[in-house]
Amino acid sequence: MNPRPHLPRRDAFRIAGLSAAGLALAACGVQGQKAAPPKADAVQDFWSKQTKHGKVVFANWPEYMPEDQAPLKKFQEATGISYEYKEVIQENAEFFGKAEPVLRAGQSLGYDIVVMTNGIHLQNMIQLGYAVPLDHSKLPNFAANAGQKYKERAYDPGNKYTIPYTSGVTGIAYNTEHVKEDITSIQSLFDSKYKGRVGMMADAQEIANFGMFALGIDPEKSTEADWRKAGDKLKEQRDAGLVRKYYDQSYIDAVSKGDVWLTMAWSGDVFQRQLAGEPVKFVVPEEGGTIWTDNMLIPKGAANPLDALMLMDYLYQPAVAAELDEFIQYVTPVPAVQDLLKEKAKTAEGEDKKALEDMVNSPLMFPTEADYAKLRGYTPLDNKQQQIFNPIFQSVTQA
Amino acid sequence: MRGTRLGDKLLHIYTWLIIVWLSSPIAVMILFGFNDKKSKSNTSWQGFTLRWYAELFDISDLTVALRNSLVIAAVSTIITVVIGTMLGLALGRHRFRGKGVTNFLVFAAISTPELVMGASLLSLFVSGNVPRDANTIIISHVLFSLSFVVVTVRARVVTLDPSLEEAARDLGATAWGTFRQVTLPSIMPGVMAGAMLSFALSVDDYVVTSFVNGSTVTFPLWIVGAVKTGIPPQVNVMGTLIFGIGVLIAIGNAVAARRRT
Amino acid sequence: MRRLTPYLLALPSWMWLAIFLVVPMVAMASVSLQTGNAIDGFAMTFSFSNYSDALGRYSTQLLRSLLYGGMATAAMLVIGYPVAYWIAFKGGRRKSMYLFLILLPFFVSFVLRTISWNFLLSDNGILFGTLKGWGLLPDDFHVLATAFAVVGGLTYNFLPFMILPIYVALERVDPRVVEAAQDLYATRAAAFRRVVLPLSLPGVFAGVLMTFVPATADPINAAILGGTANTMIGNIIQTEYLTNLNYPTASALSFTLMAVLLVGIFVYARALGTENVLEAAAR
Repeated sequence: MNPRPHLPRRDAFRIAGLSAAGLALAACGVQGQKAAPPKADAVQDFWSKQTKHGKVVFANWPEYMPEDQAPLKKFQEATGISYEYKEVIQENAEFFGKAEPVLRAGQSLGYDIVVMTNGIHLQNMIQLGYAVPLDHSKLPNFAANAGQKYKERAYDPGNKYTIPYTSGVTGIAYNTEHVKEDITSIQSLFDSKYKGRVGMMADAQEIANFGMFALGIDPEKSTEADWRKAGDKLKEQRDAGLVRKYYDQSYIDAVSKGDVWLTMAWSGDVFQRQLAGEPVKFVVPEEGGTIWTDNMLIPKGAANPLDALMLMDYLYQPAVAAELDEFIQYVTPVPAVQDLLKEKAKTAEGEDKKALEDMVNSPLMFPTEADYAKLRGYTPLDNKQQQIFNPIFQSVTQA
Repeated sequence: MRGTRLGDKLLHIYTWLIIVWLSSPIAVMILFGFNDKKSKSNTSWQGFTLRWYAELFDISDLTVALRNSLVIAAVSTIITVVIGTMLGLALGRHRFRGKGVTNFLVFAAISTPELVMGASLLSLFVSGNVPRDANTIIISHVLFSLSFVVVTVRARVVTLDPSLEEAARDLGATAWGTFRQVTLPSIMPGVMAGAMLSFALSVDDYVVTSFVNGSTVTFPLWIVGAVKTGIPPQVNVMGTLIFGIGVLIAIGNAVAARRRT
Repeated sequence: MRRLTPYLLALPSWMWLAIFLVVPMVAMASVSLQTGNAIDGFAMTFSFSNYSDALGRYSTQLLRSLLYGGMATAAMLVIGYPVAYWIAFKGGRRKSMYLFLILLPFFVSFVLRTISWNFLLSDNGILFGTLKGWGLLPDDFHVLATAFAVVGGLTYNFLPFMILPIYVALERVDPRVVEAAQDLYATRAAAFRRVVLPLSLPGVFAGVLMTFVPATADPINAAILGGTANTMIGNIIQTEYLTNLNYPTASALSFTLMAVLLVGIFVYARALGTENVLEAAAR
């Protein structure tokens, strides 16, 4: 290997020649795609032209569908629409990073339904016009069975582009072998007696919410000044040596093994660990917790939008939603599921019965009204705000 | 030369210690392939079972992912080794115009952060309207393994004695004959090392693949996704079997080598 | 015909590198000079300030990456050289088996390896938990979430890339030459220094190149094994690109990183005199 910092001039020209194509490709810059909100008749026009193709491709996160894919099989039997189910979404940022150049070029992703968490990337999908507006006249089950809260969401008012797949809550998980008190308040995350034993999340929106809860700020209504205050509070927490690490998904192993004693956590994870008999407890702090939702949407350029819409609606039949939720163990957007699982628990036996009863009674799968009252979404951000918001919290987590 | 034998013994033990260190995480993985877990997470020991071996292929997507990974790694390794060895020879043996640029590019390919490489390849494929599938994954894997093969082969080539080849030619061997009977055997350790590196890099890659895969899923891609909700023990079982087969091949090789001599 | 040989040999790789590396790199260079945002689009403004801004904001992480990458590379060299040496000279017929065993962990996905490390190194896990139980370690002892864990992880992950090229270079050294040298010089150390070491330098150079560069740019070890103050430049590039959709900054940082690495390798090559070794050997 003999790298040279100064290329011989001839060689430099050669590189330039080779890459003329690249320049041509790049010189025009990256086009903006900002989409005007669709006109109502344009939406109707689009949907009136769609026909059933007998085929749908569903892109989802792994472990978000029972292994036998029973709900999808039943859909196929009921409608004659064959499906392809792909577990290709691992992370919102990464998925968006992959999808964006394709959609920008006006090409199809090859999926008819994708699932994304409400947050910056979903917002960008919508703003960039990459999500097909939905025709609600074709979503009767959603209208009839979705909980009221899932129809009023700040990030997509009126469910114009998305409907929920499942929801979850961000709260505090703690290891009961190490933490001897009952954690009720978010202030415990800032308590010096847990120095070096606190886990926080690396995601800007997640950690921002907890910084704001700790200061008594409602993140859904927060301003730039609030973000800065929350950022300072979180920096203090870090500089005092309280935080061990800013975690991604790996926090759950850390808390169940006792590497951290208490941490920000997602409800479904903790519920599964409890079922496995691990010493972890989950609590929605009295100051507030975050509710997030994974949403189904139809990406622009999808080949089979009508079939996709039918499948999305099918998943809102209470029996289907119940079957899904029994497997996913997060919060379902269909409240009737709780009663259905109760019924099922009555006739079940042994371990199954116990598992079903645990689910039905779990506030992590079926939050009560009082729980919901404490829950807030992420701070809604437009593109300009993101450019202020992100650096504030990334300078906390990525020092 | 007293102490020589002792030194060799110590180095032998040391080599095995390093091998054990490199493989130590595998032990945990093998163990949890036998875990009789009750919930979806597979991180705490809950009793012994062989269930997951019986249900190994129950998760069809996972099986497909593993197969994809092995096929992609095999194909990309073959391409990389052929063109990488050629370039390694050219760089190590010959003087030619553009050598500096070539060296620079080989270096640049190693030093491009994976994420940037993945993202820029995706842009390229999209703007060229190339559908993303196993082929684009192979193209990308060849790109990032190429430099490793070139550098390894080159390190071997520069230490070779050119007079051997000259002698062969003087004895009337054709260019191809010289290459096959003299050059290739003497650079073979470098080629093999490059091949192993390139197979390992391919089978293990996550970042670049995640950009250029289209809807093709590979083994690492599937696993990273499953981390969110708990990796099923079948993954451990597959890892165990791959590891086991690898060890068998290694032993088989060693035995065959002994027979030959 | 013979004059054409090197060009024919290089042609397939050239094409590959030109289409799949150079073209995207030129596109990236262009993006690194643009301004704008993902929603309204980016426009070419030749703003070289993208570079100075990015450097100003992230110099800590860049320097830290070079430090960690350098430490890990040094560790790999020290740990890996003896292994390569022993396999090359004493591995006998089992040479390829040893090499294969060294690479085997790669065939099991990195995710599984890392999860296993997390399990093994856990504060109260089978290793430290036991030692703490015996009172050999203080209760708050931990390895995870420290710089040591990150450098250790890098060393672990890239070690085979150091061992293989050194092995490849050493393997062709005739053991009889080594023996003769040992007879010639007073001590084994002198024989090693005067004969074996110079012959292995192309391998060492290749090994350092193949480990220092990817280790410095690696985001994964810092993300999984690091704590609150171990962020590396690879993590920043990832965040800027994927989360902030700030393509110009991400591209500028990537080029800066590549340039710094390039200069580093060049200085290293000069200091080591590897070029002379390569040239001499090639002649």
